[in-house]
Amino acid sequence: MTTTKSRVVYTPSFTDGAEFRIPTFKVLKQDGSLYKGAKAPALDKDKALRIYRTMVTTRILDERMLAAQRQGRLSFYMQCTGEEAAVIGSAAALDDADMIMAQYREQGALAYRGFTIDEFMNQLFGNELDYGKGRQMPVHYGSKKLNYMTISSPLATQIPQATGYAYGQKLAGEGHCTITYFGEGAASEGDFHAALNMAAVQRVPVIFLCRNNGYAISTPAAEQFAADGVAPRAYGYKMDVIRVDGNDVLAMYEATKAARSLAVEHNRPVLIEAMSYRLAAHSSSDDPSGYRSKDEEAVWREKDPILRMRLWLERKKWWSEDDEKQLQETMRREVLETMKRAQKRPPPALETLITDVYDEVPPALADQFEKLKAHIRRYPDAYPKSAEHAKGGA
Amino acid sequence: MTQMNMLQAINNALDTAMAADERVLCFGEDVGVFGGVFRATSNLQQKYGKARCFNTPLVEQGIIGFANGLAAQGSVPVAEIQFADYIFPAFDQIVNESAKYRYRSGNLFNVGGLTIRAPYGGGIAGGLYHSQSPEAYFAHTPGLKIVVPRNPHQAKGLLLAAIHDPNPVLFFEPKRLYRASVGEVPNEEYRLPLGEAEVLKEGTDVTVLGWGAQMEVIEQAVDMAEKDGISCEVIDLRTILPWDVETVANSVLKTGRLVVTHEAPLTGGFAGEIAATIQERCFLYLESPIARVTGMDTPFPLVLEKEHLPNHLKVFEAIRSSVDF
Repeated sequence: MTTTKSRVVYTPSFTDGAEFRIPTFKVLKQDGSLYKGAKAPALDKDKALRIYRTMVTTRILDERMLAAQRQGRLSFYMQCTGEEAAVIGSAAALDDADMIMAQYREQGALAYRGFTIDEFMNQLFGNELDYGKGRQMPVHYGSKKLNYMTISSPLATQIPQATGYAYGQKLAGEGHCTITYFGEGAASEGDFHAALNMAAVQRVPVIFLCRNNGYAISTPAAEQFAADGVAPRAYGYKMDVIRVDGNDVLAMYEATKAARSLAVEHNRPVLIEAMSYRLAAHSSSDDPSGYRSKDEEAVWREKDPILRMRLWLERKKWWSEDDEKQLQETMRREVLETMKRAQKRPPPALETLITDVYDEVPPALADQFEKLKAHIRRYPDAYPKSAEHAKGGA
Repeated sequence: MTQMNMLQAINNALDTAMAADERVLCFGEDVGVFGGVFRATSNLQQKYGKARCFNTPLVEQGIIGFANGLAAQGSVPVAEIQFADYIFPAFDQIVNESAKYRYRSGNLFNVGGLTIRAPYGGGIAGGLYHSQSPEAYFAHTPGLKIVVPRNPHQAKGLLLAAIHDPNPVLFFEPKRLYRASVGEVPNEEYRLPLGEAEVLKEGTDVTVLGWGAQMEVIEQAVDMAEKDGISCEVIDLRTILPWDVETVANSVLKTGRLVVTHEAPLTGGFAGEIAATIQERCFLYLESPIARVTGMDTPFPLVLEKEHLPNHLKVFEAIRSSVDF
């Protein structure tokens, strides 16, 4: 049985879909005023300030931690810089019980949910308090209590998982949904196609949020796909889609709010393409000067999403120069202090090397562990992080 | 007790699990109203509804990605990959995701509810892509469990154990036995232990080890050997990962000889892992080199399938050579 109810023609007729031009939804101008005809979302002062503070906190955390990486205190780091509105504006439109399955550049969404600077630092330094027990590289955060799935390095694997997670939420019938974030590069992976297609077929309450930030490491979007961005793919899946100015926090909030209601109330999965720019390098291991110009970066620096929101808040008299100064000082101090604390904490216990592979340690692995401990006891100086832990046992 | 073939036993296990727990879901290509190309999921959609037993689009990486998400959410997905030969598009989701979910999150999250079922193995004139035994690829991945049943009784008991095990389990079903293997199966729920081998027959001269459909081959070979006066100890490994080193080592300490057989190719096959571990554990007790009787290092052939496969004659020869060494 075919699902196509198609008009019949009698001469060959091709289309490249160019007639489908997807517009970009914008609310906020760079000077903090609204576009003509645009309406600010229903956002009270407390919530607006929570969003703004989270954006500033994320920016400061990113600046400080990149500096810490440059100083050799941290092995690796990834910044959200330039994309704070896309990430935090969307996260703010969700319920705290909704699941977030992110890629790796969405620390702002986790900060919005209430992950503390201490919790960030413990992961970054992989100390004994890291929830991930020091097993993953920096920025692979996760929080069960905040419904933020632990980050996994392989790209796009989280996207079909989000479809499955949301299917489970739909069956549970408690009115929750899942949002998954990914870049426009990751959208080239097969997992992206699988996820969107399955979500559309099963009518799953999931929001696919593509951060189109222009680059996948060094590869520009123009070399990633020939189409007009990622958004038109939604037509192929019969999925609701919207393209949003990703540097416009009000538009991101409004669009995600509406997407959430489509997902939860109507079981309609949604694709959101947030148009933004990765102002920082891909990671601390990358140097963008090898593939893009300072002039190009300068254009986007002018479109800073944080400054845009600040100007809006100031126009509403919800924020002042003094508030800004105080927030900046407080956050910088907190980041520095917590960094020092986290760095001093001991590493996870040696035993964490073998736990959580399975729910219980299998006998063969327990044997390997006993051998390792005996080895460390013979060469304690070679293993300063674990010599103390290796003392017990046969 | 009811007489069932292996497919009926698997269907019965799925039915039992779905009846007992509404979080159990079955899905994959053609598993819905049709009941799967082998009919392992027959009547489950009719009985439990389209929300709990359904067709998926034809995308293995999507099926397992979806299943991982469901399991992380707290559901108990039983995902079917139509043939083990087609599991490779899902390799990333299994090896990098299912296997590492618990470890990488420090046990905040896990996909322990996940079971992946796949018909596997040769002997049905399936050629390259309906015959493979890919267990060794997955056995190289800590965090997974791998189980292969040899008969209907095991199929039900091990599948129910796999579904309830708090770790992701790959359940490979020897499709050659789907209708060929018939036996008594309890009607009620029961579980057989994972990670434990089963000694099927005690003997003194040589240990013969296999799993799944190879156990039938071993039985024939052992019959021949016993007629020649060779006393064989026969072990069904049942779980490939994590495997029961103790039972195998204790047997070889007694017999001094080991023959391991599997359908998958020799090089990098799981018999190599067993041989390495057993020579380490039993070095001074070994009377002869550990023998591996396996498929050849070729893609799985079609017309010359019989020549390729480690049949009872090849296993018998290996038993003889081991004893005569």
